[in-house]
Amino acid sequence: MTSELERTIAGTGIGQGVAVGVVARMSDPLPEPADTPSTRSQAEESERARVSLGVVARELEARGQSAGGAAKDVLEAQAMMAEDPMLSDAIDEALAAGKTAERAVFEAFASFRDQLVAMGGYLGERAADLDDVSQRVIADLGGVAAPGVPNPEHPFILVARDLAPADTAMLDLDKVLGLITSDGGPTSHTAILAREKSIVAVVGAADATGLAEGTRVVLDAAAGIVIADPSDEQVADAERRIAERKAAAVAPVTPGALADGTAIPLLANLGSSAGAQAAADAGAEGVGLFRTEFLFLDAGGSAPTVEQQKEHYIRLLEAFGGKKVVVRVLDAGADKPLQFLNDAHEENPALGLRGLRALRASEDILREQLTALAEADAATDAELWVMAPMVSTVEETRYFVALAREFGIKTAGVMVEVPSLALLADKVAAESDFASIGTNDLTQYTLAADRMLGSVAAFQDPWHPAVLRLVGEVGAAGAAAGKPVGICGEAAADPLLAVVLVGLGATSLSMSTPALVDVRASLLTFTLDEARHLAGIALAADGAAESRAAVAAAALTLKEARS
Amino acid sequence: MVERTVRIGSSHGLHARPAKLFTQAASASGSKVTIAKGSGKPVNAASILGVISLGVDHGDYVTLTADGDNAETVLDELVELLVTDHDE
Repeated sequence: MTSELERTIAGTGIGQGVAVGVVARMSDPLPEPADTPSTRSQAEESERARVSLGVVARELEARGQSAGGAAKDVLEAQAMMAEDPMLSDAIDEALAAGKTAERAVFEAFASFRDQLVAMGGYLGERAADLDDVSQRVIADLGGVAAPGVPNPEHPFILVARDLAPADTAMLDLDKVLGLITSDGGPTSHTAILAREKSIVAVVGAADATGLAEGTRVVLDAAAGIVIADPSDEQVADAERRIAERKAAAVAPVTPGALADGTAIPLLANLGSSAGAQAAADAGAEGVGLFRTEFLFLDAGGSAPTVEQQKEHYIRLLEAFGGKKVVVRVLDAGADKPLQFLNDAHEENPALGLRGLRALRASEDILREQLTALAEADAATDAELWVMAPMVSTVEETRYFVALAREFGIKTAGVMVEVPSLALLADKVAAESDFASIGTNDLTQYTLAADRMLGSVAAFQDPWHPAVLRLVGEVGAAGAAAGKPVGICGEAAADPLLAVVLVGLGATSLSMSTPALVDVRASLLTFTLDEARHLAGIALAADGAAESRAAVAAAALTLKEARS
Repeated sequence: MVERTVRIGSSHGLHARPAKLFTQAASASGSKVTIAKGSGKPVNAASILGVISLGVDHGDYVTLTADGDNAETVLDELVELLVTDHDE
């Protein structure tokens, strides 16, 4: 039975956590300063503004010092905004017109803010930084406390419009059970903080503005929802999931497998050999995606030599002796520019000369990388697989596999990120030793939504049945040809979606190291037949939200039937 | 007055951190430095708000000017900052 009061608010979940607690709200913004003529002289108002701007700049700098890391840069940038020469000119102009310091500061910040918002995209999200500085200066002028993070004695779930970097730096993480914001997308500071510190969060939940102080809520990041005034059953369910996650975190590290014993190797996504030990400790049975970009970025203006590359690959392969390591050859393009590969400005970098396309245009770089990989393979006993990114045709598949073989690579495959390749999966399976599905790009290309753009972030959801149907095509083709189909990408890190992907034919899952624990526990809960049943439910849905909800409900029914 | 035109190296353009680094350097140089995007209106390079609101993206061309005795050296340093990718 659901409570009569219960309301569900949708947003974008960050991570897989669940939290139960009472709401503490960020105090509301200060009222807009009245536009009445000042009773002070212009010189007096100018001095007041100068002093308050300085006070706020020093305070932001001090917070930056104590916060460190990425927050330090943002806070220092905000301190610079407070003492910006162009802002100062705009304030002086307003003061000359007889306005109060409060009003002049308000108007000057607002004009820059409006410019940023009008430019949209990434700049629009920086507008929150400016608003925050403006509010702090106006509060200082009025001698009142700056709007900010509440500090109740008890643990709480923080509800805010969006958190400014200065706020996130001051959060007492021991008391914050979760974060809910009404504004802000997956690239906002709140989302970044939540990911960094593993805080349960739902961002961009527009209806959260209606949540009153002290309201009890269930925050479900995995489902991307907030339940206000939940029923006892909903609270009990949330508490059960919190306990399950705690238990999973201390469960023994076993090889990835379903409840019926079907082995589904769990692999790690790595960007350098530095993370290899941590991944192995967390039970990674190999590497499902090793990104090689950093080797090339670190090398500066030119490609690293075969010798330099070989050394690094040997270090990586030695950390996974006897195990599978899938290396992706250089994935660069206009969005990840490397002077020696693609220096052209492209209007649409995601659809441009990137991945294998760029390598093919500079084949010497690809040849050198394959040489280094083959030599490293010969020098170690790991099982090296090599794959190409951004492959969109069968012909490209054939080209890459043939070239890799020429250099002595034993197992060569392609990433499936472009719908065209998924649709021709049977042809691909005939040419390639394996396929690895990159769900982030596959989602971006299937839904035609730039994954870097906050305004279309809602489309970037791998639960979408259109994406899952493509995964199913690849899974079926792999099974028919007896070729492995791996998943690397955010989707494999979602414990429930991981089960669906296995139901669609994935034979291994690769993810960032912290996700291994949750996914391992989730796989152990379902048999292969059940995974296929859940996959069928996901495929039959209309959209991503429906697919996620229907599978979650069916999974719960399966679990309850067992207990 | 010395003038240079360069292409932006940071993959997210001249927005967050790169804008801060550039403005700090311009401000610390002691010279009067301006920056313009393409053939647009120049703004004070020591103004982070001015620099951010140019909306400079990766691959855009910007023109810097500087006055004073050490204008050449100042611009050398600033150009170096702009062509480097700070967003890896």
